[in-house]
Order: sequence, then structure tokens, then C-alpha cells
Amino acid sequence: MNIVSGLINGLSLGAIYALIALGYTMVYGIARMLNFAHGDIIMVGAYAIYFAVGISDNPVVSILGSIVFAILICTLMGVITEGLAYRPLRGASPLAVLITAIGVSYFLQGIAQMAFGAKALPITLPNLGTIRLFGTSISVGTIITLILGLILMLALTLFVKYTRTGRAMLAVSEDNGAAQLMGVNVNRIIMLTFAIGSALAAFASLFYLFSIPSVDPKLGSMPGIKAFAAAVIGGIGSIPGAVIGGLLLGLIENVCKTVPGLSQYTLAIEFGILILMLLIRPIGILGKKRRVKV
Amino acid sequence: MSDIMLKTENLGISFGGLKAVDNVNLEVKKKQFYGLVGPNGAGKTTVFNILTGVYQPTTGKFYLDGTELNGKSQETINHMGIARTFQNIRLFSNMSVIRNVLVGLHNQKEFRCSPFTSMFRMPGHYDSEIRMREKAKEILRIFDLEEERNNLSCNLPYGKQRKLEIARALATNPKLLLLDEPAAGMNPNETKELMDIIKFIRDKYEVTILLIEHDMKFVSGICDEITVLNFGTVLAQGDTKTALNDPEVIRAYIGG
Repeated sequence: MNIVSGLINGLSLGAIYALIALGYTMVYGIARMLNFAHGDIIMVGAYAIYFAVGISDNPVVSILGSIVFAILICTLMGVITEGLAYRPLRGASPLAVLITAIGVSYFLQGIAQMAFGAKALPITLPNLGTIRLFGTSISVGTIITLILGLILMLALTLFVKYTRTGRAMLAVSEDNGAAQLMGVNVNRIIMLTFAIGSALAAFASLFYLFSIPSVDPKLGSMPGIKAFAAAVIGGIGSIPGAVIGGLLLGLIENVCKTVPGLSQYTLAIEFGILILMLLIRPIGILGKKRRVKV
Repeated sequence: MSDIMLKTENLGISFGGLKAVDNVNLEVKKKQFYGLVGPNGAGKTTVFNILTGVYQPTTGKFYLDGTELNGKSQETINHMGIARTFQNIRLFSNMSVIRNVLVGLHNQKEFRCSPFTSMFRMPGHYDSEIRMREKAKEILRIFDLEEERNNLSCNLPYGKQRKLEIARALATNPKLLLLDEPAAGMNPNETKELMDIIKFIRDKYEVTILLIEHDMKFVSGICDEITVLNFGTVLAQGDTKTALNDPEVIRAYIGG
């Protein structure tokens, strides 16, 4: 096994997890809730791509068209679930919100199953071919995933750091009551957070379909739960934490898959790392301790 | 236009069976210093919470500059011109001093520019960001915090944190500024300095100031008129000296 290709494949898989983990971590940081339905937004995006990918024979147009369509549908779905399911529970106990999120997750899966059936639908994304890099061949999809994934993460970081809206997001995550009294529209900020998280999830759906070319109603749950683990490992609530956690998990998964005899233990190892992290450093790699004032 | 900035009519709120605030009528004139005093638990902060939309009043109405504000959300009330500080400091503690003030400037139309302009650092971004920073620095200068603008706000000493809270509230461009115990925990020098600053911002930004305070020296030194609350009801109202010498007020404070 070539080290370079292992590294690139691992980081590329990690970029997918990181993009999803960003959705978890931003929503947690700003709305103080775990949105367990976030993984299912990827499934929604995958169905959107399934229906949009045939619009053209030109591979570039087809991929661009389907990602734009997926972003639209995912963002819409994220904003709708936030508005209908989570907004009425603002200020309710965290447990009620958590259970609601799990409910929304099953609801989305159920709707998909009713609409498109439980069977996996095969999807053929246009073949983008492979390129030779450092003496190995790597698929173009993997390269796109890695590069575009990193660009998106950078853009998000810049957005939060340097825009007025980003500053308002930080203020809401520090103290939403005080932010609201300083004129920040907290509901708008939370809606925007869901929109951004869901748009990133749409990219994740496309990248995910590069390697797994079929769509089913439960498609989102495994990458969703792994990305959640990545967000926790990186320190939930921290944006760079989600990126580091995601990339790390992708690398580990790729190593497990390529080392002979280890591949059937991949999940055990990944979630084992999560458990270890929770035992050793429960706030994650970059997490911040919340000081509780008496 | 009348010269009344804030008017409340029979304002009241009950929590369960407890009437925390009952039948409070206030009339605060433009550019006035108005004090809200009373023993602990008298309902002063509750009045602030009603005026800023944190609580919805069970009875009565309140008006800012003639506009009824009942039922408006917290951020709308802020946009319409009421800003506040908190009894327990609630700064964005992991953000720098200047960023705290920039959040206060957040929603003012003159600083709008699209996220894309900001993310890709186009000229419009620099323009609005520079104007925002200049405005923020101008405010920080008044509070003598300009030098420390890049420090995390949680690392400021207590007195400066209190001042930063006022600066942040002032940045939202209010007509009426509610100060909840601005001098709490300050030494006499700091209190004196704070009094001068508050007078200065009243004149420079033409704000009306309603404040809660326990330091009677501060109250009599700055307030034109006061309302004394006890158990949620108005005990005395009017000119500061007269109201503070009211026998009922003295009894509420020292018992007997």
C-alpha cells in the first residue's frame, strides 16, 4: 500500500466527516443542541443528487447541476426542520430537544422510505477518471473532495471570524441572552446556522456518493454518527476542532481498512477512540471548558 | 413630540401568585437621569427585564418616545432604542474588548455590507469595517478602554468590565440606557469617575438614563428624579432629595 495514496484517500474521507461534523458543532455551539437529524440531511442531499444527476450528459454540468440542486434542497430542509421542530422548543429542557432531534431523524428516514422505497437505488455519477500522482493512481473524485472540502472549511472559518454576521454568531454562542439584548436577532442567527450546516452537508452527500454509488433512506445515519464522533473528538462547539476530528477519523478509518486483518474492526476502533477520548479528555482536542459561575 | 422618553402605565407582572411588580407608573423625561431604588427584592431588575422584553408584563403598557413596546421581542426593543447593562456582568468573555463593542454596532444600517464582501475582503468590507472600528474606538476612548481593546474582556479588572458593558450598550445607539447597578463593587474614586462618564455620554449622545443603584451618594449625586420601590410597589416618587427623605422610604430601608 502506497503511503501517499493512503494519506490522500484518508484525508479525503476525513474531509467528508469534517464537513458533516461542522454542521453538528456549529449548531451545538450556537443553539446549544445536538441535532441528531443532521446525518439525515445527507440522505436528503443524496436523493436530490440522484434525481438531478441526469440533467445533462456533460459530466461537469451534471455534477454542478446536482450539487446546486442538493444545496437548495438541503438548506431548505435544514431551515424547515429548525423552524417547525426546534424553534417551538427554544428554552425547553435539553432532553426534550434531543428526543425531538432523534424523532426528526426517524421522520426524515420514514418520509424517504415512503416516497422512494426502502431498497437502495443505484446511482451512476459521471466518471471523472483517475490521475497519476506520486506514482499511484488516485480518482479525481477523491482529489475534488479533499481540495473543495478544505476550501469550504477555510471559507467557513473566514466567515465566522471576519464578517459581522460571524461576530454575531460568536456573540450568540457566548451568551445568547445578552446578545439578544444587544440587538442581535438570535432566531435569525440560529436559522442561518442550520442553513450553513445543511449546505455543507449537501457537499458531503456528493462526496459520499463518489465512493458509495447507491442511495437508500438510511444512508445518512452511519456517516452522521461518525461525524458526530469526530465533532466530539475534536471538541464539540469548536470549528477547527471539527475539522481536526473529521480528518483524524478519516485517516484512522483508511488505515484500518487497508491493514490486513484490521478492516472488520474499523467501527470498533473508531468508536473505541471516541470512548478513550471521553475518558481522557471529555472536552475534546480543542474544546473549551465552560466555567460555571456560582 | 412630548418631552417624555419613557412612560409606563400600571406596569405589573406576576409569577404564579407572587406580584413581583405591581402598578408601576414611571415618566422619564428626555435626557433626564432617573433613578430606580429600593431594598433587595423590590422588583427593580424585574422592571428592567420588562422594559427590555425579557419578561412580558401581565398588566399595563409601556411606551418609548410615544411608541408602545408591549409584546415586542428583545432585539426589536433594542433596535427601537433601549439598551441595558446587567447586574451580574454578562460580557462576551472570550471575545476581545473591541469585538464586544462591535457586536453592539452589529445591527446599525450604516455598517451593512454583504458577507461575501467581507469574506473575500473586497473594498466595501474595509470601508465598513474601518468605520465600525473607528466608531468602536471612539466609544472605548470615552471609557478609557481604548488601550486595552485587543485584550480578552474576561481579563479586564472588574471596574473596567462594568465600564465595557456600558460601552457595549451605548454602541447599540440607544435613546434610553438602562444601567443595572453600574457602580456596584467600585471604589469611591471609580464611582466618581463613572459619574462623570455617564454625565458626559448623556450630553454627547443625548441619551436618557434610567439606573438602578444602591449607592445613595451616587443616586443623590446624579439623579434628577427617582422612584422608590418596595415589594414591587411604588413607595415614593419624585425629586431625589424629597423622595429619599420620605418617612416611608426610611422605614423600608432601616426597618422599624
